[in-house]
Amino acid sequence: MLLAAPELLVLVMACVVLCVDMYLREERRGIIHMLAMLTLVFAAIITLRQDAGIPSKEIETAFNGVFVRDYMGDLLKLFAYGTLALVFTYSKYFLRNNGLFRADFYTLSLFSLLGAMLLISGNSLIMVYLGLELTSLASYALVAFNRDSKDGSEAAMKYFVLGSMASGLLLYGMSMIYGATGTLALPAVAEALATTGTDNLLLVFGMVFLVVGIAFKLGVAPFHMWVPDVYQGAPLAATLFISTVPKLAAFAMAYRLLVSGMAPLHGDWLQMLAVLAVASIIVGNLAAIMQTNIRRMLAYSTISHMGFVLLGMLPGTGAGYGASLFYIIVYALMSAAAFGMLIMLSGKGHSVQDLDDLKGLNRHNGWLAAVMALVVFSMAGVPPLVGFFAKWLVIEAVLQAGLAWVAIVAVVFSVIGAYYYLRVVKIMYFDDAPSEVVHDGPVDFSAAISFNGLLMLALGLFSGGLIAVCVASFPA
Amino acid sequence: MIMGIDLQVILFYLFSAVLVGAALAVISSRNPVYSALFLVLTFFTAAALWILLQVEFLAVVLVVVYVGAVMVLFLFVVMMLDINLVPLKEGFVRYMWIGIPVALIMAFELLAVMWAKGRFGTDQFPVPADRAADYSNTRAVGEWLYTQFLLPFEVAGLILLVAMVAAIALTVRQRKDVKTQKPSRQVRVKRDERVRLVKMKSEAPASKGGN
Repeated sequence: MLLAAPELLVLVMACVVLCVDMYLREERRGIIHMLAMLTLVFAAIITLRQDAGIPSKEIETAFNGVFVRDYMGDLLKLFAYGTLALVFTYSKYFLRNNGLFRADFYTLSLFSLLGAMLLISGNSLIMVYLGLELTSLASYALVAFNRDSKDGSEAAMKYFVLGSMASGLLLYGMSMIYGATGTLALPAVAEALATTGTDNLLLVFGMVFLVVGIAFKLGVAPFHMWVPDVYQGAPLAATLFISTVPKLAAFAMAYRLLVSGMAPLHGDWLQMLAVLAVASIIVGNLAAIMQTNIRRMLAYSTISHMGFVLLGMLPGTGAGYGASLFYIIVYALMSAAAFGMLIMLSGKGHSVQDLDDLKGLNRHNGWLAAVMALVVFSMAGVPPLVGFFAKWLVIEAVLQAGLAWVAIVAVVFSVIGAYYYLRVVKIMYFDDAPSEVVHDGPVDFSAAISFNGLLMLALGLFSGGLIAVCVASFPA
Repeated sequence: MIMGIDLQVILFYLFSAVLVGAALAVISSRNPVYSALFLVLTFFTAAALWILLQVEFLAVVLVVVYVGAVMVLFLFVVMMLDINLVPLKEGFVRYMWIGIPVALIMAFELLAVMWAKGRFGTDQFPVPADRAADYSNTRAVGEWLYTQFLLPFEVAGLILLVAMVAAIALTVRQRKDVKTQKPSRQVRVKRDERVRLVKMKSEAPASKGGN
């Protein structure tokens, strides 16, 4: 079967959505939503059929080795479809409420998904770069989607300028590596490193720029300054989007560039990633405590989560990469649920910003408060929720690699971080509500967010399957 | 050979100096039109450098596309918009005292890495052999683009499509109160929609009255 079939489907459907919208009357825009959801369903079916559900070690390449299909890629793509389906479900409500329900949102999201898929399957420096550009460019536009919002435009501008700079740094590093190895294909780069030796300073020089580019895209300290501003200023639907699909793609980018391409330089990038990871766990958790704005709080919590994702890459073993992959998938699901909940609480014409907006949620809608509590506890890493297992796996991998001090810092700051997660629960359950507010979304929204919240519990109770699949995606 | 130095090397340094100078002028000139014109010079000199590297097709494309099309359009927009750069540059002098030392330190660090132990010398990277006189650069580019790099080439096209969709999505506003013509409806119009035939009884002129 054609290896790039899911990509082709998403591309064609993005164009179909673009064209169909021309002929739709405004009140029938729901069709666009259905088309986009169907695209995700069929893309998932095609991806599933390609690997017949077994973790096969077989790696296939297409387009002269530019495109690769492997098990990690398939897994990431499947979760990208899944989280994007949640994003679409939540966003529809938000867009309708704010008079933004236009087909452009779906077109741009699908194009961004396509870029993420190409990035996930990128097997050459140039493909990784182009995939990243495609996914970022669509994300910038999504952040600016609400044209009348001053905050949104400001956030988009910051995101665009810093993102372009990160892309430039990444490209500069790639050109150095191309200069040193004479090839763009990632396996060939690794081969050249293995044969010519790794004491070439030019390579390390290029790699520094690659690491900086990756750090910018993941949003880890000290390259995290854009994250809180963008998360706060963007329309909620765009925040929801950029905290899910592009994060999955950024993990794939880190893996492809650093592991597929530069595994022989592991000793060099190990130290850089360790510093980045520890710094972002410290900065993320400490800064989140001081936030009164819930979106900024979630943004800082994202920074600390991304630190954990990088931690898993330190040992350089299959188990470590598996732990990182599991963490990033879990993060995408938790983040979708958290921002989905903010959309639910926002309602019509109001946009949740402050933590105080959650006051007394339990009294208004006990079930929503329970779901939110599940999500927040999972983010804090409370057993038996899935966030606990994600953190545990990463720390176990780090300990096995003998990096005890890193593991200790991670645990200490997770415990400190638990404070601001628990504060959310306290506000929802024990604070008095200022006035009578009704939180009631459409049926599909409520069903999706309940499913998403319960998934935190279900994946935690039955975490073995997904963990095994994640770890099996990588050669040991 | 002039004084023992290859003509090519002299030209390289000449063009490089012009390029760097023009690039600095782009960001430092007060008038945006001058900036755009200096950008033209930058592209043009870069094209000359590429000619030295024997990639004449890319050099010609750079001139035709960037200098000929993109920059002319850009100049046009700059002149039309009449951007006032003074507010944009307000912080320039204030932050220059910290910005310039940081930039110098970074440049020094980059150069230190590059020059240490001659990492970029011709002993590290042998000079590629000259192409044969009938070597077709255009053909080589075409062959690579449509075989080895087909997918990246197509994706680059997609990025342009997304840029277009994004630009339109962010700027086009459909106003409800504007009266527009719909040519398709105008063409399809039937006689019945425009002319109403009314049957009336013929009336005899009144016998008396009138003037």
